[in-house]
Amino acid sequence: MAVLKSALDLIGNTPLVDISSLSPNPSARILVKLEGNNPGGSVKDRIARSLIEDAERRGILEPGATLIEPSSGNTGIGMALVAKLKGYHLKVVLPANVSIERRQLLDVWGAEIIESPGSEGSNGAVRMAQRLATEHPEWVFLYQYGNNANPLAHYASTGPEIYRDCPQVTHFVAGLGTSGTLLGVGRFLKEKNPAVQIWAVEPPTGEMVDGLRNLDDGYIPPIFIDNDGEHLLNRKTVVGPRDSIIWTRRLTEVGIFAGISTGAALAGAIKCAETIEEGTIVIISPDGGWKYLSTGAWTDDLDEVVERAKRVIYF
Amino acid sequence: MPVEVRLPTLLRPAANGSVSVIVDGETIGEVLKALVSEYPGLSGQVLTEDGTLHRFVNVYLNDDDVRYLDRLETKVGSGDVISILPAVAGGSN
Repeated sequence: MAVLKSALDLIGNTPLVDISSLSPNPSARILVKLEGNNPGGSVKDRIARSLIEDAERRGILEPGATLIEPSSGNTGIGMALVAKLKGYHLKVVLPANVSIERRQLLDVWGAEIIESPGSEGSNGAVRMAQRLATEHPEWVFLYQYGNNANPLAHYASTGPEIYRDCPQVTHFVAGLGTSGTLLGVGRFLKEKNPAVQIWAVEPPTGEMVDGLRNLDDGYIPPIFIDNDGEHLLNRKTVVGPRDSIIWTRRLTEVGIFAGISTGAALAGAIKCAETIEEGTIVIISPDGGWKYLSTGAWTDDLDEVVERAKRVIYF
Repeated sequence: MPVEVRLPTLLRPAANGSVSVIVDGETIGEVLKALVSEYPGLSGQVLTEDGTLHRFVNVYLNDDDVRYLDRLETKVGSGDVISILPAVAGGSN
């Protein structure tokens, strides 16, 4: 293995592992792409680097600049790592109800945490970051939900890696957050083979939507609209915390220690495998299990863990 | 066919505070029209004036977003649960 010049060169080229022994359909293969192998520990390292380097190319990042970004954890951690190596400061607007490990990792990389109300979930963090960015025009707001450098990171790296390692892919299943992974990988795979089916998995909105006063407070990521996500996706399905945790646990049977959103993606893949005759389903594992140990997801009583998961953003 | 429709908190005042209601219909479109005719306060909130889904509303047939099934033409069957939810940002970021 060659010597890498920087930890940034560790981003991407993540492994794809066959976990078909968990598939309910012997003719449906399931492969998982382990994004926890990135240096910051999640798929979001890819967009962190892409967002920051795109801003550098556009000349909107002065040396020593301060960045602000809403994140429930992983993008913040990835951006904090990249910012540290490149000499920028980062302020992360973080919902109060994320796991303790996400906060600890932001501290490791020296990011400043600005807390947003947990009851408002990611929506609340986005709104607060937008307000703060308006109040502080000297801060640079790269806005992962509205910046095409997000899906482009996946179009340029995640998608090509999947196709290189598994050109037989028939279905791609991933979580829907900013929609960047689905848009970028989906567009790349469909350009290679228009028959590839793109499935989005989303967590239940739960109590988070109770904070909305009217429907027009609703939110669709601008990148989803700009990239015509509605026509790119073939299916969008909700996976609740119980199934997410059950499948996160099942992953350990094949030696995969992954975060809870990987269990959600796998639950989506299982549903997909049950509905198709044959095929090769590729799922994204956004991160490893380390950041969720405090939730007791693998070891505590299932009912208790599910109740706890309802109050914590794990996706 | 009678099916259960679950309403989000912010639409409940227009439906006498109901968390879920039973309405008739063979497709999602028929169900939503029946819902709005029973609770006229919901008109414009779920379906727009030209009869399409409000952009900030997601309608689920059991666990699946009907925009990626057959939209308003999606068939419903006995025992199905339809959920109406406002569009919000997901979490994985």
